[in-house]
Amino acid sequence: MSVEAQNQRIQDIVLHAYQTRTPLKIHGGNSKNFYGRQINGQLLDVRHHGGIIHYEPTELVITAAAGTPLKLIENALAEHNQMLAFEPPHFGDRATLGGAIASGLSGPRRPYAGAARDFVLGTKLINGKGEQLHFGGEVMKNVAGYDLSRLLTGSLGTLGILLEVSLKVLPRPAFETTLINKLPADQALAKMLNYGRKPLPLSASCHDGQYLYTRLSGTKQAIKVAMQSIQGDELNDGEQFWYKLREQQLAFFDSEQPLWRLSVPANTTKLNINGETFIDWGGAQRWIKSDMDAETIRQQAITAQGHATLFRHGDNNEEYFQPLSGKLKQLHLNLKLAFDPNCILNPTRMYSDF
Amino acid sequence: MVAKIHKVNKRRSPFVRQLRRILPRASVLFDSEDTRPYECDGLSAYRELPWVVALPDTIEQVQAIMRLCHAEQIPVIARGAGTGLSGGALPQDGSLLLSLAKFKQIIELDPVARTARVQPGVRNLAISEAVKQHGLYYAPDPSSQIACTIGGNVAENAGGVHCLKYGLTVHNIQQLIIITMDGERVTIGGGGLDSPGYDLLALLTGSEGLLGIIVEVTVKLLPLPERAQVILAAFDDIEKAGNAVADIIAHGIIPAGLEMMDRYAIQAAEAFVHAGYPEDAEAILLCELDGINEEVSEQILIVHSLLQKSGATELRTAKDNTERELMWKGRKAAFPAIGRLSPDYYCMDGTIPRKQLATVLKRINEWSKEYNLPVANVFHAGDGNLHPLILYDANKPGELERTEEFGGKILELCIEVGGTISGEHGVGIEKIDQMCVQFQALELKQFHAVKHAFDPESLLNPGKAVPTLHRCAELGAMHVHHGQLPHPELERF
Repeated sequence: MSVEAQNQRIQDIVLHAYQTRTPLKIHGGNSKNFYGRQINGQLLDVRHHGGIIHYEPTELVITAAAGTPLKLIENALAEHNQMLAFEPPHFGDRATLGGAIASGLSGPRRPYAGAARDFVLGTKLINGKGEQLHFGGEVMKNVAGYDLSRLLTGSLGTLGILLEVSLKVLPRPAFETTLINKLPADQALAKMLNYGRKPLPLSASCHDGQYLYTRLSGTKQAIKVAMQSIQGDELNDGEQFWYKLREQQLAFFDSEQPLWRLSVPANTTKLNINGETFIDWGGAQRWIKSDMDAETIRQQAITAQGHATLFRHGDNNEEYFQPLSGKLKQLHLNLKLAFDPNCILNPTRMYSDF
Repeated sequence: MVAKIHKVNKRRSPFVRQLRRILPRASVLFDSEDTRPYECDGLSAYRELPWVVALPDTIEQVQAIMRLCHAEQIPVIARGAGTGLSGGALPQDGSLLLSLAKFKQIIELDPVARTARVQPGVRNLAISEAVKQHGLYYAPDPSSQIACTIGGNVAENAGGVHCLKYGLTVHNIQQLIIITMDGERVTIGGGGLDSPGYDLLALLTGSEGLLGIIVEVTVKLLPLPERAQVILAAFDDIEKAGNAVADIIAHGIIPAGLEMMDRYAIQAAEAFVHAGYPEDAEAILLCELDGINEEVSEQILIVHSLLQKSGATELRTAKDNTERELMWKGRKAAFPAIGRLSPDYYCMDGTIPRKQLATVLKRINEWSKEYNLPVANVFHAGDGNLHPLILYDANKPGELERTEEFGGKILELCIEVGGTISGEHGVGIEKIDQMCVQFQALELKQFHAVKHAFDPESLLNPGKAVPTLHRCAELGAMHVHHGQLPHPELERF
């Protein structure tokens, strides 16, 4: 089936759902089903909706149908020595491009290269009225109209169903190396912040509770010189380590305890949360395994001027994302209705009230 | 029309009285001699004397003004430094022009977290100057960075010569405080790298004052690179220059800046600043590499050899920082340099897939002859953002109209080849009609629905950035393409 025919099929389903006010549960590779609230609804399978539509390595742009396996895209890019610089977590073999963009998640390179939303250039989508819309495009700079492609990124399918996505891609660094250094968390954090202030070719830094891991990316010479400013031993299988971190396959993540993700200013030192902590993103992302109540954890995040997400092993009776209030919440409700007036697209997946 | 003007004028005195309860007398302007400086922004071909200008200096005042305007249903047009090039801050009769020029404080610098919390009226360059002592800078560098302010940068999603590597405004900000049309204060984004809910930070960036008034911006700062080095390459053919850019990128190098100028722009710049550009070249490329010293040395060699292979007729590497700055000076002064050659010029801002460059420039040259209007081309070659500058004389009857028609054709060509009508200057009032070509009715309706979510009465910067469907329908009658009306679903008037 052609991409157009597949788009039409999805559009027909959404149009019918709009007319009959039938909630839809959008289902891609199902690899991130755990993320956000569990919902009921008519299953809309977008898995078979796939394929790279256009890839122009010298323009640094790829456009693919949303159901395209993420792996397939990464392999195509690797053939031209390019990559998705936001290192999207797959969380399973069946992960799709659409799911990566709808969840908006980014891997360890995020603080140095940018997040998923930073690389989104354009989208084709179907809104909750069954209308096929096209925003942005395949060019790097585009300020015509509101940036709805980036707004859709991370909206968990609640504003529209992605049909096609255009992304900026980047060359893979010529060389990468990872250094490790045994340090307590506070000293490791201080080092991460310190490295971040220097013109070093950093591409990831984290602390697993025992060791500070620092990844350098660039030309051979650049790395050689940078290694002089960063203490530590070279890790043999650095690539594997960052892969496992991105995919949450490190021992830290092997637990049934609620896993919290705190997004905070990188220099946050005081978080009174009981639980094992893994610091990523140079300090800006903290993974915490904690049984403390949600309200306490969220209050800690707010005090630090950040927010907390119950990432895994949550209870569906609770909110997964930091609740919104006041005018900000009103704006979210208004936007939801602006895209999906009958609330049929993944209703309550992000927040229990819309 | 006369009745409308009369009605508008009648409302002014009571409105001014109410504003004066919020602001000191000197901060409310309405006499034409006081409001004249606000009659246009950087797009000076469009002028309109403001009805009333307000110059608040606290967030509470902005809130009170917005509540008043909301209650009185007076439209509000935000203005920063007024350097915008698309008429986004063009005043309108019966509307309040809200100047944020007094919000000039850098509120907080955090060199450890690498952020700066600033008021919207802080100049772009002032941020980098303030943080230089910490070895940091703010990356987006629009060529107006000496004068333009960060609030306007956010409203337009400003770019600059370094955005291929370091991104646009949207990639370099972390938090905004906005005041909505009904006077409520909302924090968008947060202290971390992301925030819960929808990505309103991305939505607000580049929204051209249609969704809220920006009263505070937290920007991200980057460490100053250890070294920056620039190579100048001359070409006897513009297509070869375009291919050289593709070769550099295909080789896995992302230069900090990658700029192209055509013959006309080279000669204008050379005559103005004597940067030492080869005046007989059809195109020059300026390629800047930055990073740590050894990395730059390595990459310069690679780029040098790539440029040689792609047929550069001359290659020059800046020997020192003085020469590097001189090479850039010619590029940064390209607009005023062209301004010296002509009474007026009209700057376009399309973005195209880079491989279409030769096709687009060829068509522009043909039209240039047809319209008898010279064009100089300055090109952010790395990211495909093309600035053709059309030279004209506004005092010659009909010349502005011909220029606008020519410019409109260029923008439509950008869309045709898969690009966009605006890369970094915004739509404003200038490109509002081309929006009808770039977007279909359904997309425009979605834009209006988003606008409605923030500003249901359409009081924020009305008539800018997103055209009404009726405007497009009426325009469609003039631009019939292959006999098809662009918006057949609409009633015709």
